[in-house]
Amino acid sequence: MNFLPGHFNYLIVVFLMMAGFYVVIAQGNLVKKLVGLGLFQTSVFILYITMGNLAGGQAPIIAEGVTAYSSPLPHVLILTAIVVGVATTAVGLALVVRIHEAYGSVEEDEIHAKDLADDESSMDIPEADERDAGR
Amino acid sequence: MSLWDHLPVLVVIVPLLAGPLCVLVERPRAAWIVALAAAWLSFAAAVVMAAQVSETGTISYQLGGWEPPWGIEYRIDTLGSYVMLIVTAIPALVLVAAKESVTHEIAESLIARFYGAFMLAFAGLAGIVATGDAFNVFVFLEISSLSSYALISMGRDRRALTSAFEYLVMGTIGATFILIGIGFLYMMTGTLNMQDLAERLPAVLETRTVRAGFAFLTVGIGLKLAMFPLHLWLPNAYAYAPSAVTAFLAATATKVAVYALLRFLFDVFGFEFALQDMPLDDILMVVGLAGILIASLVAVFQEDIKRMLAYSSVAQIGYMVLGISLASTTGVIAATLHVFNHALMKGALFLALGAVVYRIGGVSLRDFAGLGRRMPWTMAAIVLGGLSLIGVPPTAGFITKWYLVLATLEQDLWPVAILVVIGSLLALLYVWKLVEAAYFEPVPEGAATVREAPWSMLLPIWLLVGANIYFGIHTDVTVGMATQAANELMGLRP
Repeated sequence: MNFLPGHFNYLIVVFLMMAGFYVVIAQGNLVKKLVGLGLFQTSVFILYITMGNLAGGQAPIIAEGVTAYSSPLPHVLILTAIVVGVATTAVGLALVVRIHEAYGSVEEDEIHAKDLADDESSMDIPEADERDAGR
Repeated sequence: MSLWDHLPVLVVIVPLLAGPLCVLVERPRAAWIVALAAAWLSFAAAVVMAAQVSETGTISYQLGGWEPPWGIEYRIDTLGSYVMLIVTAIPALVLVAAKESVTHEIAESLIARFYGAFMLAFAGLAGIVATGDAFNVFVFLEISSLSSYALISMGRDRRALTSAFEYLVMGTIGATFILIGIGFLYMMTGTLNMQDLAERLPAVLETRTVRAGFAFLTVGIGLKLAMFPLHLWLPNAYAYAPSAVTAFLAATATKVAVYALLRFLFDVFGFEFALQDMPLDDILMVVGLAGILIASLVAVFQEDIKRMLAYSSVAQIGYMVLGISLASTTGVIAATLHVFNHALMKGALFLALGAVVYRIGGVSLRDFAGLGRRMPWTMAAIVLGGLSLIGVPPTAGFITKWYLVLATLEQDLWPVAILVVIGSLLALLYVWKLVEAAYFEPVPEGAATVREAPWSMLLPIWLLVGANIYFGIHTDVTVGMATQAANELMGLRP
């Protein structure tokens, strides 16, 4: 088998995986990060489904004249993994909603800037206290 | 089959069912009672199971009566029963203290859901320990992780939300890496049962697929473990989570990841391949030592005590990783002992911090000024827990450091032994900062008079502190079980 057609699915998997991973790392927008995460997870689903396939294999239902069956187990596993993926996205989006309520933004750098401002203002308080105590 | 035969699955099912039940009963007090009862039931089952395992050896339980490797198998060996003891004991104790602390820190309408998520996280962690199926590990890992993201986000500070999100992204990447790793192993062997994998893997160990799978699994578990360069999610998550959640997660979640690492490295791949053919022993030793030194150093400079102890957790994980990296029986004994003992000390310390939050309202170093006189019992517990963290005899922490140093000296690794001691000295520095503030600084003027923490919080704290000292003096149970577990891990493929 030639390299390209034989590995076509795996190449797609690697491309999707890296694209998703890159989006997670490079994007500052929390929603876009979740999109990347979803892409990253989905690529693994394709990886599993691909390995369950057999050239010329049929669906695993006993029928006359069929000798080669594709393995159904990876599909079952991935059904579970899809549920996990949906749950992860749901929890992630719920967190983004709460973050938006609390910060008024879903951009990572704006949130960091607000946290930093918080830290600085909380650091000012003890100094003021000490000065008062000193007098 | 009698009820006793179903213990391996009951440990997981009881908290799993208690989770939704907590949400259904809705009233905070009722939800707390459900959670508490389920946790203690689960703990009782774990104790009985530990006794069974020490008497009759490994328990294998077939879910639904399907024989492995076709069905899912729950497998409890000495290591499993040992880790299960601590994984069920900690939530049972944390829940006793949680009632006051949760009422104080979490909005009343959320409390029932808080206990629901808590029990789900507990069920997931217990499941990872119980299962003998590689894919099941992933599923339980995600159950526990998803509920811990929700738990962390319930912290009072809004930064709890961002740290939960950060943890979600990193945790999901870690879990997906584990999924890819398991997929590669499945691709080469066609099986997911760990025992079966261990039998079939040697024939295909030399293939690139298995090696890639090995790398993915190690990095994925490393993320969940907060192994040194992959620990970035941990300090924020622990610092901003509600106190009860920090105590629970710090004492169990990373420990279970260590357990998963031990399982995959020693049982599935076999340590000859994992730690000798692959250069993982050197890698683990470097990241372990780097974790111990750098995280301890960072901890010294923290003002927020919860964050300080979180960094100290990263350092303690370094000790466990170092123990594993030595690939010797003594090293594995040290690692498994530290899983147990560190859970005891961090459980006690974070619960005590919860008591401080309950009475004082914060845990920055300023809040500790004169605390030795304001909350003597809580502060005494923190000092004893801290001594155990440093590794002063006769505490449990000393026992693990002792075995770790023994294991390094066995292989003539003098510099490593010295670095371990330096790590302990750094721990002395950050614990001393607390002691100094609490006992040598005056109570700030105009501070409200506070009472000692309520007994429902002091009781679990002191039980854990007592366990720290008890297991520092009577080492036969813990060291006995750890030795047995290490022999099983090392001897699987002699």
